[in-house]
Amino acid sequence: MLYRESGQFKTSYDADQAVFPILQDRLCIIAILAFAFLAVPFFINDYWANAVLIPFLVYSLAALGLNILTGYCGQLSLGTGGFLAVGGYSSFKLMTSFPELDMILVLGGAGVTTALVGLLFGLPSLRIKGFYLAVATLAAQFFLIWLFYKVPWFYNYNATGQINVFPREALGFLVTTQKADPVVRYLFTLSIVVVFALAAKNMVRGRFGRMWMAIRDMDIAAELIGIRPFLMKLTAFTVSSFYIGVAGALIFSVWLGAAESGETYGINESFLVLFMIIVGGLGSILGSFLGAGFIVLMPIGLKNLLVDWFGMSAVFAKHLEITTFGVLIIFFLIVEPHGLARLWQIIKEKLRLWPFPH
Amino acid sequence: MNMMTQTSITDDGRTIGGVQMKVDNISLRFGGVTAIRNASFDIRHGEIRAIIGPNGAGKTSMLNVINGFYHPQDGTITFKGEKRRDMRPHIAATQGIARTFQNVALFKGMTTLDNIMSGRALKMKRNILWQMLYVGPARQEELENRKFVETIIDFLEIPHIRRTPVGKLPYGLQKRVELGRALAMEPELLLLDEPMAGMNVEEKEDMSRFIIDINEEFGTTIALIEHDMGVVMDLSDRVVVLDHGDLIADGTPDEVQKNQDVIDAYLGVAHD
Ligand SMILES: Nc1ncnc2c1ncn2[C@@H]1O[C@H](COP(=O)(O)OP(=O)(O)OP(=O)(O)O)[C@@H](O)[C@H]1O
Ligand SMILES: [Mg+2]
Repeated sequence: MLYRESGQFKTSYDADQAVFPILQDRLCIIAILAFAFLAVPFFINDYWANAVLIPFLVYSLAALGLNILTGYCGQLSLGTGGFLAVGGYSSFKLMTSFPELDMILVLGGAGVTTALVGLLFGLPSLRIKGFYLAVATLAAQFFLIWLFYKVPWFYNYNATGQINVFPREALGFLVTTQKADPVVRYLFTLSIVVVFALAAKNMVRGRFGRMWMAIRDMDIAAELIGIRPFLMKLTAFTVSSFYIGVAGALIFSVWLGAAESGETYGINESFLVLFMIIVGGLGSILGSFLGAGFIVLMPIGLKNLLVDWFGMSAVFAKHLEITTFGVLIIFFLIVEPHGLARLWQIIKEKLRLWPFPH
Repeated sequence: MNMMTQTSITDDGRTIGGVQMKVDNISLRFGGVTAIRNASFDIRHGEIRAIIGPNGAGKTSMLNVINGFYHPQDGTITFKGEKRRDMRPHIAATQGIARTFQNVALFKGMTTLDNIMSGRALKMKRNILWQMLYVGPARQEELENRKFVETIIDFLEIPHIRRTPVGKLPYGLQKRVELGRALAMEPELLLLDEPMAGMNVEEKEDMSRFIIDINEEFGTTIALIEHDMGVVMDLSDRVVVLDHGDLIADGTPDEVQKNQDVIDAYLGVAHD
């Protein structure tokens, strides 16, 4: 009975409302954070930063954003790539227009810009629902990618059509370009993601989370208790886009260092992030991380296993990876729509009772 | 003498006030189907008002009109002195009208606690930035409302299912949670659509007790749709009877029970 709730009596609603009311959960999260902040920097190198940790973190952030809109508020969006692009391109415009601006402000500005664009594209949700809304967000995806490709102002008339990052600092530390220390880039991204995850947890466990989920589960009943569905959908679009915008800015500035609208932020990205929240768990903060981790790490793990150990050809391994992907998505959609987070929950419930079956 | 403004005392010592809600000449049609035809009645402060009638009589439609979910083609509704044709559901909520549904309309993915907490939506005002930080006022607000909701959870005797996702609860308990969510709104007028449908005798007794207590302790006006005549006779002060969209009787339970039109309607006498 390592993991248990019994015996931990809450003496106040305050304690009961805490983010992690169960002691073991609290210790676990502290251990993970301590490991991420204190231990990881000692063994990190360029490979780990660029291929594993930073992509995991930025995709977790994007998944958090999409989960707020789709998992919590129930509005399916296929426009994630487009909103990531708004984040990336607006961070580029901000860092080139105001070279002195701290990266934290650049990211904040990119987030706000994307939030406004998200708000705009959320307006159709007043009239259309479900499948048709998804199609509208798909249109947003194509429109935004086209816009960043067609209007040279967005990429400062660069002949290659790409945007390239410049060396920029956050609180005096260089965080962009390959000249930046991978430890610093990693810690910078990690700090941002931790702050955003905490804010997301606070939102979804409080008033807004309940109103979003009410819209998702039964919008008619929600309206009759005084919730305005349209307003709540718009806040979900806005907050979600803010998260995705910051993620898009990080993809461009801290992770890749360069971007090109359709290449970096294409429709594939929309589906990738959607798969992350399906696999990880719709309507779960933890699930956003699990899903991002799974989908970022699985190809790397499979490649190591199949190519390096079993000596398969890289092309064959790639095909196998795509197939595995498809099978897993279908598995989760049919068998466990609440994803890995739910499986984790079930394990915890078993542990709670173990070793006694009742 | 004006019945409208008069206050009266019931046999069991409750005070029934003047008119709180007035429905005048309401007609509601869906294409060719007339759900309600020219119905008028009133609900007085603090009373338990039953709405009865055979299946398809228009009872649920009437509640939907009252809380703004359906928009009648004719007639007006006066609530707390304000007269209108129809209203938006969230306005009705702001005005103090709460309801439960015939087929439980809970938020399935949420726990009992969150479902009832969501009934506090209109009482909570802190903006999203406070929510993100969850400090100071936002936390304070959350805790105050949690405290209120806990009194409802105790009142309805459901502390043990506080953390259970409502989708997993048996039907009887779901109905109770739904009542809790409506109560969390601190309504002035509570509309209950067949709160005891599908319940066993014991559950029905519990529910009856809750309805009486809500009415007595909080002074909440209740409009109740119910098929079980025993329950209607026990609980209600006055009864409206609908049949095929027509209001065929309005009076005390005794009067209504003796009314020949009502007897015919329930016996299924042919309509002409
Ligand atoms: N949204 C709607 N669209 C079309 N017809 C409707 C709608 N709502 C109700 N009706 C019709 O209006 C009539 C009255 O229905 P209503 O649900 O109000 O009856 P009821 O008295 O609540 O019946 P029950 O006891 O079965 O719940 C029925 O003929 C029904 O088919
Ligand atoms: Mg009905």
